[in-house]
Amino acid sequence: MSQSRYPGTRGLAFKEPLLWERAHEGRIGISIPEQDVPESKLDASLTGPAPKLPDLSEVDVIRHYTRLSSWNFGVDTGMYPLGSCTMKYNPKINEAVASLPGFANIHPLMPESCLQGALKLMYELEQDLLKMTGMKAASLQPSAGAQGELAGILMIHAYHSHKGKQRSKMIMPTTAHGTNPASAALCGYTPVPVELNKDGVVTPEAIREVMDEDTAGIMLTNPNTLGIFENHVAEISKIIHDKGGLVYGDGANMNALMGYVDVHKMGVDVLHFNVHKTLSTPHGGGGPGAGPVVVNETLEPFLPVPRVKKEGDRYSLCFDAPLTIGRLQAFFGNFAILVRALAYTRTMGHMLKDATEIAVLNANYIKAGLKGYYNLPYPQASLHEVIFNDATQQKNGVTTLDIAKRLIDCGYHPPTVYFPLVVDGALMIEPTETESKADLDGFIEAMRAIAKEAETNPELVKDTPQNTMVSRPDETLAARQLILKGE
Amino acid sequence: MKAYDDLVFKSDVSYSKTHEWAKKDGNIVRVGVDDYAQGALGDIVYVELPDVGDTVKANAACGSLESTKAVSDLNSPVSGKVVAVNEALEDSPDLVNTSPYDEGWTFEVEVADSKDFDAMMKVDAYKDFVKNLEN
Repeated sequence: MSQSRYPGTRGLAFKEPLLWERAHEGRIGISIPEQDVPESKLDASLTGPAPKLPDLSEVDVIRHYTRLSSWNFGVDTGMYPLGSCTMKYNPKINEAVASLPGFANIHPLMPESCLQGALKLMYELEQDLLKMTGMKAASLQPSAGAQGELAGILMIHAYHSHKGKQRSKMIMPTTAHGTNPASAALCGYTPVPVELNKDGVVTPEAIREVMDEDTAGIMLTNPNTLGIFENHVAEISKIIHDKGGLVYGDGANMNALMGYVDVHKMGVDVLHFNVHKTLSTPHGGGGPGAGPVVVNETLEPFLPVPRVKKEGDRYSLCFDAPLTIGRLQAFFGNFAILVRALAYTRTMGHMLKDATEIAVLNANYIKAGLKGYYNLPYPQASLHEVIFNDATQQKNGVTTLDIAKRLIDCGYHPPTVYFPLVVDGALMIEPTETESKADLDGFIEAMRAIAKEAETNPELVKDTPQNTMVSRPDETLAARQLILKGE
Repeated sequence: MKAYDDLVFKSDVSYSKTHEWAKKDGNIVRVGVDDYAQGALGDIVYVELPDVGDTVKANAACGSLESTKAVSDLNSPVSGKVVAVNEALEDSPDLVNTSPYDEGWTFEVEVADSKDFDAMMKVDAYKDFVKNLEN
């Protein structure tokens, strides 16, 4: 493969040892003043042998991390088609707005009269989320998608308790996100798995078979993790509601629906947002995040407190909700993330619909471009992501992992691999609306070239990446012989 | 993952749909995962076993197998009480890959009757089952 066609190439990159290898005894970063107070010994029970920290100067540390950062790859560097993660670009205006002193320097214990701007922002973000979904009320409390899920299931749990009879099960299609069964189990529900049909969707018949009056509801991701729209969703919701259950909508894939689908009409009772996916707040590294929930009339009384209330032009935090599931955390979560989310919805405005359209178009463009080169286990119409697998390349011993590693050589972040579990050797590609046609063409060309290499030179593909500073790690050895401390 | 023709099947064990094997000796059933499962999972890096004394339920998860690809449930094909676990797997999880039917066994269950065990597939039925999966 001629590397020159792809963004990945060689350049002057710096080797960088571990900090312990860089260290020289006696080197220090800063000189602290001589001690001018009497030494006070710590209680012996509080002391122990010191960790072996490396002796380094300031410039050692700065060069170390700056060099490592030059090996890094992010959405600001290049295409990041990590399926299910919606790695869209985070516009820098969001950062500028979140850094405004009026937002950055406030404290949650300031009097409400001084927090009017922040409360208004939260109120307006709630209104935007409601407009986007057709739902009745919102809470911005959950600080991540998984906590949004937990909030939703806690509300469903509180609803059943309030009705006088708790239930024991929760229906979960096999395409559910991994955190769904965990959220249900945390609330004491036993997950009941439901298989897909050959078209990659859940059928009303399958739901009718398992839904009963001991089942609290269903957790449904739509479009599901195959990127396919659950076209029976309205009928499925009706089956669940008829037996007294509720419908939890996992909003992880809202980037496929935003502005186009009325979640309320799908029969969803509660839905969470991943603002770091759909609303372009920063992503990865474990946060900070936010996972707002929106609910319909049925679940509104159970929303977490405090809620933001608007009376005339005044905003306040309201704790008066007898059926609430309570607080999910102290104060109001990662407020600066909410600022970024509102900055996004307001700068996009009606163009949020265009973002949805382009995200779906881009995924389908890749689907069309790679069809015939990679096996497509579910060829049905799909939305914002597409899933291939390695069935064709496996004949030459080339696996999904090898394809992903070779793609790094070409300058693209690999797609999600081996997920969803319902597809063996899955390659899950989600380009998002961020990529231009030219960038998508480059990616398609690289993937086609890899498919060709897998036939003509499989050994080469298995021995990649070659252009990176660190080649393929021995994952098995690393996992079996974990080294967790430096020395 | 192994091609069907390379898979090792044993005729002296019974198989579950979730690819565990079981061997019965009196009222003690020894359980492990089969060659198909270890091949599909890839290199096992950690095995989480039930504790001796735990009660396990037929076809329900009672532990997990972690490979570099994913964490998968380890199911018990029979109901009963765990009477032994393979402690060698703690330091050498790779035994599940290198010797799935022998040194890589996972746990032993004391059963009240042979109902669950008898419901498992014999080798010929299991071979057909795996062949169908491949197609």
